[in-house]
Amino acid sequence: MNNIDLTKVRPYGDTLDDGMMQFSFTLPVPCGPQAMEAAKVLLLGQGFENPAVTAMEDMKGTTYFVAYARCPKAVNFSEIYVPTVDFPVFEMEEVNELIAKELGRKVTVIGGCTGSDAHTVGIDAIMNMKGFHGHYGLERYSGIRAINLGAQVPNETMVARAIQEGADAILVSQVVTQKNAHVNNLTNLIEILEAEGLRQKVIAVIGGPRISHEFATELGFDAGFGPHSYAEDVASFVVQELIRRKKN
Amino acid sequence: MHLPIDPSLIERSRLLAERIARPVLSQIKLQSTVSIERAVLRLLGVDGVDRDGIPWPNRVVDYLLENGMLERGAAYWLGQVVLDQNCSAQLAASEIVRGSLSRIKEKPLAEIREWGDVRAAERLSFLRQNREKRSEKRETLGLGQKPWKYLIVATGNIYEDIPQAVAAARQGADIIAVIRTTGQSLLDYVPYGPTTEGMGGTYATGENFHLMRQALDEVGAELGRYIRLVNYASGLCMPEITVLAAQNGLDMLLNDALYGILFRDINIRRTLTDQHFSRLLCASFGITINTGEDNYLTTADAVEEGHTVLASQFINERFALEAGMKPELMGLGHAFEIDPNREDGLLDEIAMAQLVRQVFPDAPLKYMPPTKHINGNVFRAYAQNTLFNLVSAMTHQDIHLLGMLTEAIHTPFLSDRYLGLLNADYLFKTARHLGEELEVKEGGRIALRAEEVLSAATSMLEEVEQAGLFEAIAAGRFAAICRKSDEGKGKDGVFLKSENYFNPFSDQLEGREKVINQATFAAKK
Repeated sequence: MNNIDLTKVRPYGDTLDDGMMQFSFTLPVPCGPQAMEAAKVLLLGQGFENPAVTAMEDMKGTTYFVAYARCPKAVNFSEIYVPTVDFPVFEMEEVNELIAKELGRKVTVIGGCTGSDAHTVGIDAIMNMKGFHGHYGLERYSGIRAINLGAQVPNETMVARAIQEGADAILVSQVVTQKNAHVNNLTNLIEILEAEGLRQKVIAVIGGPRISHEFATELGFDAGFGPHSYAEDVASFVVQELIRRKKN
Repeated sequence: MHLPIDPSLIERSRLLAERIARPVLSQIKLQSTVSIERAVLRLLGVDGVDRDGIPWPNRVVDYLLENGMLERGAAYWLGQVVLDQNCSAQLAASEIVRGSLSRIKEKPLAEIREWGDVRAAERLSFLRQNREKRSEKRETLGLGQKPWKYLIVATGNIYEDIPQAVAAARQGADIIAVIRTTGQSLLDYVPYGPTTEGMGGTYATGENFHLMRQALDEVGAELGRYIRLVNYASGLCMPEITVLAAQNGLDMLLNDALYGILFRDINIRRTLTDQHFSRLLCASFGITINTGEDNYLTTADAVEEGHTVLASQFINERFALEAGMKPELMGLGHAFEIDPNREDGLLDEIAMAQLVRQVFPDAPLKYMPPTKHINGNVFRAYAQNTLFNLVSAMTHQDIHLLGMLTEAIHTPFLSDRYLGLLNADYLFKTARHLGEELEVKEGGRIALRAEEVLSAATSMLEEVEQAGLFEAIAAGRFAAICRKSDEGKGKDGVFLKSENYFNPFSDQLEGREKVINQATFAAKK
């Protein structure tokens, strides 16, 4: 868009720079005029202006609000920096060709949901033949041997299978992120890899709806893939990283 | 609304399901599992934990297993000690662990059998009386109008679950499910007492069941509406959880071996054996089971693999019938999981929901909301849930899980549940008799889709029957997941029964008249 000062960006309701934002929340108080006022005061206290409660619903003991308010603050968009996995993404066939040309052998990738996590939607989308949203999974890649261990794989099992299969990369999916269970679990996997002397040999990648590349690298992984990542993103990264390591 | 479907395909599918189940059942009947034996001990009155927090039923079964004595059945050995020392079952359990069996003179099986049969009859009749009392309560209080609105609580802390469940009931929920903590399905014991530290759910324990039941009975009395309570009996402790559910007045249990095999990598032989005993108990105590076919569509595509849901329902129905369950207790599962980007996806959903309704007219169908294609945009999710609610109302589903607009983001907020109920109430009211007013166009999209799913399910059952159930599962025919029959969790807990094996409960429950009445299956016209 033209005429936007990227050093001062505000929420956009129906007029540029109006700062309008939408809220929905619950207060543990009975529904009534006092609750309505409390909701407004709460928003004012956060620095929002002109709060308007458009819906107040009695949830039998608690009260649910839908509210709108103006945000007076702005964000300097030009200064925002997000670390991402920086590499070109190839199509499936290109990945296969790259593997054939540069590595001359099949790449073995082992994946699963580790620890107590039983939600396999993510790892299945990346690994299963069918893939997701028209993006084929790694099982479909002729240059890749994909082994999906499924749900609730203990870290020890994951590493043992990686050794047994001679895996080039480990893909860990973490969907459940409540109470930070995933942090301990992921850290533990890195520790086991290090103890086995594999950390430098195997590419370790995590993915999940609340995973970012920054978070992944902080925990000692090589890459992290968040929402809207598909098999070709993961395959492109793994293959290029393997080629880079081979050359070094 | 009525789909013009071929009744001979339904009949054929049922016949195939029976043939698929038969060889599995004859194998199951030769074996027992550690969890069945622990359930028997619980039924006989062994409960509680030792100083290290290990449940007494586990202590006894582990002892018998280590000493090569388990194949005669835990009841046999417990009976030896009870009769020798004239003590309670609980005391006998600690005596066994202390090695008392080696010091007593073994009585003949006939004597043990006499004791066990009387004791089992007493226990079963006591639990059936509880069930009668609960049925009366259900009748006097009355139930909500169908579809029954099913809500989950999952705080991890039973004392937080209770106020949330009570609030949900006050807002209109008919059924409350307490989600189990992540990973409990793979524990080979049942934790004890009230618990406050679960992850994404609360431990299923007898005491937690009791506390929640009490709270829901109280709020039900206040509201003049019976609130049903659900928990999970899938996983390694299926039979024991069923006993605890019966003891504490639960109305429904998620109970599906195929689910455990595919999604929890539980050994096939273990969990099908567990399931059979568990379903014998459910049949006896009037506990409605919920099956997990809906989950297939979270990994496989709902359009391409819709028929696997129906095929699996036929198999689940057969296993339930073989355990003496009536169709009225079979909450067969299916789901609204078609990609919202698909043109006419709603028509396919209507076809599937109505097909399942017509094939299983007496089963209290469990209909699951969209989860796979929920993407964090809560507004789109709310729209998807609205269509789900519409289809449920139109096709007369029974157990209706409420869609959460924050699915895949976090465990539901209080307001998510409230909005979910608001949406369902709106649709159930505004479209109450829609299904009765509509006719399905012959040769139209809905009719053709239903036909396609049914004939694909029948073909799949033909293949499964040819290959055998275990081989079909190993080949990834269900949910696109492969599981081999000699692998999986809990496989070491299965054992062959000796000729002198004794289990007074399965003896009495298997003897019950099986409700296998083809007449009840005739699809309602």
